[in-house]
Amino acid sequence: MKMKWTLLALIFAVATALTGCENPLAVFDPKGPQAATLSDTIILTIWIMLAICVVVTVAFIYMLVKYRASKQSKDYEPPHIEGSAVVETIWTAIPIIIVAFLSVVTVVSLKDVEATPKGYENKEPLVIYASSSNWKWHFSYPEENIETVNYVYVPTDRPLEFKLYSYGPISSFWIPQLGGQKYAMADMVTTLHLLADEPGEMWGRNSNFSGKGSAHQLFDVQAVSPAEFEEWVEEAKAKSEPLTEEKFDELLKTEHVGRQTFTGTHLEFSPAPEGSHNMDDMENKEDMEDMEDMNHDMDHK
Amino acid sequence: MEFFERFAVPHPSFAIYASMVGIALTSLAIVVGLTYFKKWGYLWREWITTVDHKRIGIMYILAALIMLLRGLVDAVMLRAQLAIPDNTILDSQHYNEVFSAHGVIMIMFMAMPFLFGLMNIVTPLQIGARDVAFPRLNAISFWLFFMGAMLFNIAFVVGGAPDAGWTSYFPLASEEFSPSVGTNYYMMSLQLSGLGTLMTGINFLTTIFRMRAPGLKLMQLPMFTWAMLVTNVLIIAVFPLFAVALAFGAMDRMFGTQFFTIGNGGMDMMWANLFWVWGHPEVYILILPAFGIYSEIISTFARRNLYGYKSMVASMVAITILSLVVWAHHFYTMGQGVLANSIFSIATMAIAVPTGIKIFNWLATLRKGKIEFTTPMLWSLAFIPTFLIGGVTGVMLAMASADFQYHNTMFLVAHFHYTIIPGVVYAFIAGLIYWWPKMFGFMLNEKIGKVSFWLVAIFFNVTFFPMFITGLDGQARRMYTYSEETGFGPLNLIASIGAIGLALGFIVLAYNIYWSTRYMPRNIGSDPWNARSLEWSIPSPVPVYNFATLPHVKSSQAFWDAKTKGHNLFPDKVEEIHMPNNSGVPFIMCVIFFIGAFSLIFDMIPLAIASLIGVFACMAYRSFEANHDHGYHIHVKEIEETEERLRGANK
Repeated sequence: MKMKWTLLALIFAVATALTGCENPLAVFDPKGPQAATLSDTIILTIWIMLAICVVVTVAFIYMLVKYRASKQSKDYEPPHIEGSAVVETIWTAIPIIIVAFLSVVTVVSLKDVEATPKGYENKEPLVIYASSSNWKWHFSYPEENIETVNYVYVPTDRPLEFKLYSYGPISSFWIPQLGGQKYAMADMVTTLHLLADEPGEMWGRNSNFSGKGSAHQLFDVQAVSPAEFEEWVEEAKAKSEPLTEEKFDELLKTEHVGRQTFTGTHLEFSPAPEGSHNMDDMENKEDMEDMEDMNHDMDHK
Repeated sequence: MEFFERFAVPHPSFAIYASMVGIALTSLAIVVGLTYFKKWGYLWREWITTVDHKRIGIMYILAALIMLLRGLVDAVMLRAQLAIPDNTILDSQHYNEVFSAHGVIMIMFMAMPFLFGLMNIVTPLQIGARDVAFPRLNAISFWLFFMGAMLFNIAFVVGGAPDAGWTSYFPLASEEFSPSVGTNYYMMSLQLSGLGTLMTGINFLTTIFRMRAPGLKLMQLPMFTWAMLVTNVLIIAVFPLFAVALAFGAMDRMFGTQFFTIGNGGMDMMWANLFWVWGHPEVYILILPAFGIYSEIISTFARRNLYGYKSMVASMVAITILSLVVWAHHFYTMGQGVLANSIFSIATMAIAVPTGIKIFNWLATLRKGKIEFTTPMLWSLAFIPTFLIGGVTGVMLAMASADFQYHNTMFLVAHFHYTIIPGVVYAFIAGLIYWWPKMFGFMLNEKIGKVSFWLVAIFFNVTFFPMFITGLDGQARRMYTYSEETGFGPLNLIASIGAIGLALGFIVLAYNIYWSTRYMPRNIGSDPWNARSLEWSIPSPVPVYNFATLPHVKSSQAFWDAKTKGHNLFPDKVEEIHMPNNSGVPFIMCVIFFIGAFSLIFDMIPLAIASLIGVFACMAYRSFEANHDHGYHIHVKEIEETEERLRGANK
């Protein structure tokens, strides 16, 4: 019996620690609206789950204490009870109600995090191609015409569209303080919508096991004010060497490198794959047009 | 020389060389021991050639326990490496091999044979059958599993172990990114054992449908047998698919086909889909039997009939169906978009409903009972609150949006250990202790059993609860190291200490088996737990023919009603019993299978073709043998003598 109470106390302690603000866990320390939505969703569900655990555990302990053999007379014969339609319907209905509620929460939050954050729809998003290769992250800024390796600068308060793909095994692009993760795969591009609403330094990583070096496939994320971002872009353009095809191929073959900065992007000579598995994208004309534009651009280059 | 180079381990270490020596010495000791004690004949006649479901079941369980030990050693190695930041006990390559082996072995070569062991021993007894529908096929199933397991277990000393995880996702598992033969081992060993599993599924479904005792209706089956029924339906539904996926994967690696490659029209994500269309039902193939076992044990030791029999059956059927339509929740992060993810989220959460019904029914079974805390009951009771945590975190993971933050983290690792260990391992241990007297005619020691129970029950939580927290702090799974700045250190150290306690608990369990075998009394009678279903109506250990006369059944707890209401289970007169002959062909055929799979792994095509011919030869032999192999008969006198001898003790 002691174990269950200890367990319960532990859950409470953990829940308090999770929601407390002193030294929050990465997922509960959001630096943008997407991560905040997920953090709120998770905390809400933790409370619901905790309530379920408490109710069931209390009922469970009650049964064990009240109906243990040592407490009953020797000639007590437990009755034969087939079941009760009413009671069983009730405890079918309660989980259905909980699941229905959670379904709504899921769909609403899913829509939120899979789109440009609310309130920022009018701002032009910054598109960054993030591609994974064993075991590095390449960040291409097509508009700014620069490329970085293993670190990424982003402006605050501007929607970010990360276009993800991989030069090998499936990787998962994850910056927990900005939002959830998404796979980067070899034969298609996936889009991750993020936004940073305060400046700061964060870490990001490939969270999907992709071979020998994946434990070290980390990158730095620097969220800075739009003005500082412009400054950084200018500086990167002025100080860095151009990314040539030879240089890029060499880079792909190197397993681990530090931070690097280039002018130009690899998209010019090694474009992103074109497939998509997103059922929503298929119907999204804008994306199709974007894609066509891109193909068009490439044909001309 | 070049020919032999392929068998060398590509990334050796002292531990691997030590294991080679260890394996060689152990094999030698076994051969010498068998020769010295002149046990070769006994081994061949009584075990290797047996078609008796009880003996096959015992062999399954023995293999499962040995694999449990191997999986446990792997787990301890993983926890040792992660105990402190920047640890160097294992390098990346070895860590990857060890966690891949841990996953495959625990699921495919520990949990599955444990399930088949209990299924083999108990199902025919609960339905009042003398054997399974196809006894010889049953032997083939076992030996295919056994050869698959052996094949997988030699990988790390011959040619190199698989290192792409138990999910073996392409393109990581392709020839390009995993050039060693390790992944070939994965493809072929799972193919062999999977084939065996499929045969078992067909065999037992037929047995349950066709070989029930007179009067036993489907809606009167004990809950364990009901669980077996739906489990076997699931096996038949999804294992063919896995066989196809494995064959595609193997052909990609061995013959240059392009099913899962990058480019050339291959689709790497197709593997993930096929794998989980099998893989998700697979976890229900493991947990549904566990639900059956808990239903038996909780009802027995609450001294009450199972509450809500019909809704228990209905919920199992619902889980079976739902488990087939939720696979994509393993990769919400693949970018299928809001619509697909919403559908799979809701379908997944819906599983919580039938599972909840089961939990409430067990609680209601405890109500008004007379609960006795025997060791099987303790394991079953500990399941409820622990599995509850696994279940509610499962609902959290089912929510696609939130999953973007849990996916690939230790939170997920904590979740599935919270479901599989209390849900499956506790159940199989409980079942093993519960049915042990039926198998061997003596009980396991309760006191030692309780020590091992408390060790496991407590240290399980110490090991896995911290992972929920480090997961939410961003610790990704399957990463062999982490730096000190991450702050994951202290909680990981706690988890690793827990793993030691957990291992200790399993060692005490093994010691209990040893101690009890030596010292526990043998005169326990046929019904030591005062239980309710048919298997307790016959002597322990069970005679080869199971039932001297077939029982006549009128309710779902036939034996209990016979005991309490005095209705006669065995009204028939003893008659001659027809039994199947033992045969060495299943074993020989599976050895040839093993050679064939091994030669495919190492690209020795002529030998593989020769083996295939050998397998067909064995089948052809059986076709002609069947004309004159009519089994044998046990005479009335012999049955009566056996019954007198076995039942004498408890009268």
